[in-house]
Amino acid sequence: MDNKNVIICRCSDVTMEELYDLFDKGYTSFEELKRIKRVGMGPCQANTCGKMVQWELAKYLNKPLEDVKFQNYRPFTLGVKLNAIKEASEDEDES
Amino acid sequence: MKTKAKYVIIGGGISGMSIAYHLAKKGEKNIVVIEKDYYTAGATGRCGAGIRQQWGTKMNCILAKKSIEFFEKAQEELEYDGNVEFKQEGYLIVGSNKEEDEMFEKNVKLQQSLGIPAKKLTKEEAKEIVPYLNTDIVYSATFCPTDGHLNPFTTTDAFYKAAERLGVTFYKYTTVEDIIVENKKVKAVVTDKGTIETDHVINAAGGWAKQIGDMAGVDIPVYSQNREILVTETVEKMQGPMVISFSKNIYCQQTPHGAFIMGRGDDRKPGYEMLSTWQFVDEMAKTVTALLPPIGELRVLRQWGGLYNMSPDHQPIISDTPNLKGFYIACGFSGHGFMLAPMTGLLLSEIILGEQPTLPVDGLSLARFEGMDTSDIEKSVV
Repeated sequence: MDNKNVIICRCSDVTMEELYDLFDKGYTSFEELKRIKRVGMGPCQANTCGKMVQWELAKYLNKPLEDVKFQNYRPFTLGVKLNAIKEASEDEDES
Repeated sequence: MKTKAKYVIIGGGISGMSIAYHLAKKGEKNIVVIEKDYYTAGATGRCGAGIRQQWGTKMNCILAKKSIEFFEKAQEELEYDGNVEFKQEGYLIVGSNKEEDEMFEKNVKLQQSLGIPAKKLTKEEAKEIVPYLNTDIVYSATFCPTDGHLNPFTTTDAFYKAAERLGVTFYKYTTVEDIIVENKKVKAVVTDKGTIETDHVINAAGGWAKQIGDMAGVDIPVYSQNREILVTETVEKMQGPMVISFSKNIYCQQTPHGAFIMGRGDDRKPGYEMLSTWQFVDEMAKTVTALLPPIGELRVLRQWGGLYNMSPDHQPIISDTPNLKGFYIACGFSGHGFMLAPMTGLLLSEIILGEQPTLPVDGLSLARFEGMDTSDIEKSVV
């Protein structure tokens, strides 16, 4: 398939072609890709694209997958509404 | 790696990039920037992405005003192929009591005298700007329409690319381990990848600026402190300006991309940890849902921490060093280095080259802290 038509990060609409373009420009770590193109910054928090991007980086850099650093894990694992957090926190304060 | 350079800039955040760009633009050659991680890995990439001119000290007001004038044309001036995501829809500062109202009165008078188009608002007028503002808990407000937002990553990338085109050399993932000093002059910078001989070292290390100062034997009176922040899912545009409050301890804006970014400044012990805590999320959720109720329906996606580099008067240090020739400092921004970066680069390049500075820089000097007058401390800080 044409790289132009392969969407690798679905949350931020990043195609494989754009990803390789960024590699060629020297953005060859997950943290940098994330900051320049929002790869992995959407609702899935890289749970969908993360491993695939890491794999493409490994191929590009010609390194074993385990030598390609993934992004720092930051809370949350899943999106939670601010109202829900507020309510839970107030419940805790009362008890 | 190069073994000689005329200038070695330590720090690949917005300040270091702006200094590199301004030096190179003035025709200087043989400039090197060293960053221990990726660019923007420190405070720049962790900041709230806001730019404001509504300050309580004359120095901060002027630095911010002139920086925004640069940001208004940054995309063109830096000939950037990406998008710096400049949005100029103002900062709405809300207060909750009479005391704060008096501070607003004084601040707005100062800002207006300097040509900043800020004005004081009643809470009803504030509600016209942000209709879902809960005015039951607001006393009064101020608004400046030319404040706004910029994307810290792409803005730094824009400075980086412009500096690179002007011939600046960059080493990322490179750690500075020592600074060699001889006869009260800087001689070299030692890194984990090699040593670079140089006559000019520029400390733009943000949260780690004190450690870099220590390597050169220069005691910089700053400390670092973790500040936390979170980001929500993206939604259709619902809020124009950044809403902030010093007494309620919140800043909250919607980025052009659609996500809301919000943070607060809880008192933390000085240090270098940048952890995320659940206590922050709890307090943030309570504050934002009380002040801006509809935002409560948005999901939090991610949270993180970053370092404020605090100076004794909460104003930057942009300075040479009296007792060490060739050592220059840009730090102590106290949480506002991103928005002041254009002036940081311009003023420090003028100081380094011995030019007449665009602004009087005594108020930014390292020397000002000796026998400091404590009357001019910036209090408008979240």
